[in-house]
Amino acid sequence: MTVGAPSADRHFAGLRPATFGTTVLREWQLALPLGLAFAALFLTPLLLLVGVSFFNDEKMTQPGLLSWLTFFGDPFNYKVIGDTLMLGVKTVCTTVLIGYPLALVYLDLSPRLQKILLFIIVMPLLLSVVVRTFAWIVVLGREGVVNSVLMGLGIISEPLKLLQTELGLVISLTQIEMPLMLLPLISVMSRQDPNLRDASAALGASRWRTLFTVILPLSTPGLVAGCLLVFASSTTAFISQTVIGGVRLIYLPLVIWQQSLVVYHWPLAAVASLALVISVLSVIAALSWVGRRSGGYING
Amino acid sequence: MARRRSVGDLSYGLVIGGLATIAVTIIVAPVVIVLMTSFTEGQALKFPPKGFSLMWYEQLFDPTKSRQIHRTAENSLIIACYSTLLGVVLGTLASLGLARNRTRAARAADNFFMSPLVLPGITYGLAALVYFSLLGFRPSIELMVAGHLIVTMPFILRTTTASLSQLDPALLDSSKSLGASWFYTLRRVTLPLIAPGIAAGAFLAFMASIDNVPVSLFLSNARTDTLPIRMWGMMESTLDVRVAAVSGVLITAAFLLMLIMEWTVGLTRRMRD
Repeated sequence: MTVGAPSADRHFAGLRPATFGTTVLREWQLALPLGLAFAALFLTPLLLLVGVSFFNDEKMTQPGLLSWLTFFGDPFNYKVIGDTLMLGVKTVCTTVLIGYPLALVYLDLSPRLQKILLFIIVMPLLLSVVVRTFAWIVVLGREGVVNSVLMGLGIISEPLKLLQTELGLVISLTQIEMPLMLLPLISVMSRQDPNLRDASAALGASRWRTLFTVILPLSTPGLVAGCLLVFASSTTAFISQTVIGGVRLIYLPLVIWQQSLVVYHWPLAAVASLALVISVLSVIAALSWVGRRSGGYING
Repeated sequence: MARRRSVGDLSYGLVIGGLATIAVTIIVAPVVIVLMTSFTEGQALKFPPKGFSLMWYEQLFDPTKSRQIHRTAENSLIIACYSTLLGVVLGTLASLGLARNRTRAARAADNFFMSPLVLPGITYGLAALVYFSLLGFRPSIELMVAGHLIVTMPFILRTTTASLSQLDPALLDSSKSLGASWFYTLRRVTLPLIAPGIAAGAFLAFMASIDNVPVSLFLSNARTDTLPIRMWGMMESTLDVRVAAVSGVLITAAFLLMLIMEWTVGLTRRMRD
């Protein structure tokens, strides 16, 4: 799909009147105020952060590589990076496992019910992450919903410890990140031609076979986009990680927060936050490469 | 073949339907449960909630008992209003400049303006803190507005650019050929047609600013902290039941605002496409 685009654009530009050149110039300048704001408030701070990471001490007097060497010389930090990335992978798996079926159900609903379901899906996105995290404390706590239901049914006699465990955190993040998976999925899947599914059924394929040979391959771009968003968001979800995970489950955002706002060692905090960016973005780059390849395969 | 298909379809319906039911339950149930617990009579967050009372809401709205919460809520609203207002002006201008520009530079600029969406918020928060401190600024509402402006910009740009690219260029050409100036066309043709897109983006940016934690965490101090930061503190220390009442208010507000935006500008459709 990326192959066809440039030639189509040249064609489009060729059809424009001759005055287009001057219009481009004038229109383009409208983006200057935002460009300046982003240069001053976004790009410069990020470049500065990279610069700060190359100082040895917290007073930032001696430049050097000591902060990088300290951070990456400590085996504990590798475990933290690994745990953070695994948390993202687990959350992506659970959101796909229950989100994808919901997207399939969405396709089969009447337009009216589709509207209601979409509203239900989008609604949590507009609720503060703090509220959604708090909701899971009420659900998973010692005297929370899950424990009182299970104890009421006599399935367990002692309350289960769900808060401050990775299981509880993954369950909570599944709900918190679910809209990010569903929106791109539904967007791509509702653009599929429904005739393809009908044709597959008419040719004798079971619904399972239609799912795995028709719907799933065609929805790959949406699935990849959803996985990217959920992964990026769950690995950096500081509030949910600290409140539900507690202090014993340590992920990179907590390390960044401790180094910068508790210990005030900015160079180390800068290294930790750059480690977060690099590790998360490299997984994202790998995933989107896979996505582009599969997208090309489908269209070609 | 018919028999195999019916067995297969049955298992398909059971598995897919079952998982989808779990998904809807997991999305909706926590929100409903928080609403229920906010009406408890008890001093602790238990389920099922004890009795029914509005006492936690009364405490929440009491100006002396909840002065801190009111102050942080006010900060949140002020910051969200200013950053959204500024964001709409800058974002709409940039969209007008870039939406129909197909050059490589324009695409790069567009990606650059959307990048706060993928950059971990906590990294930008730290970068902004380091930058503003080295420049000698002290934490203030203005700095928070600046930080929120950056992280909420992608929401404004996405819906505004989408509605601009759906705009029929023939409308602009005919306005021009009828002698309208560029500014007149903008005011009478372009802006009215893309207004719903701008409004949807402004709404999403406003909600994202109210919700923002990573940037506020680094740029605020005790005087300028926002409601989510305050709630985080209340959740980390003692589990104050007023958090449930604040959540109740926020859930209701988000629900009503979303209904209004759905009716006026078709919000969910814009988010899906």
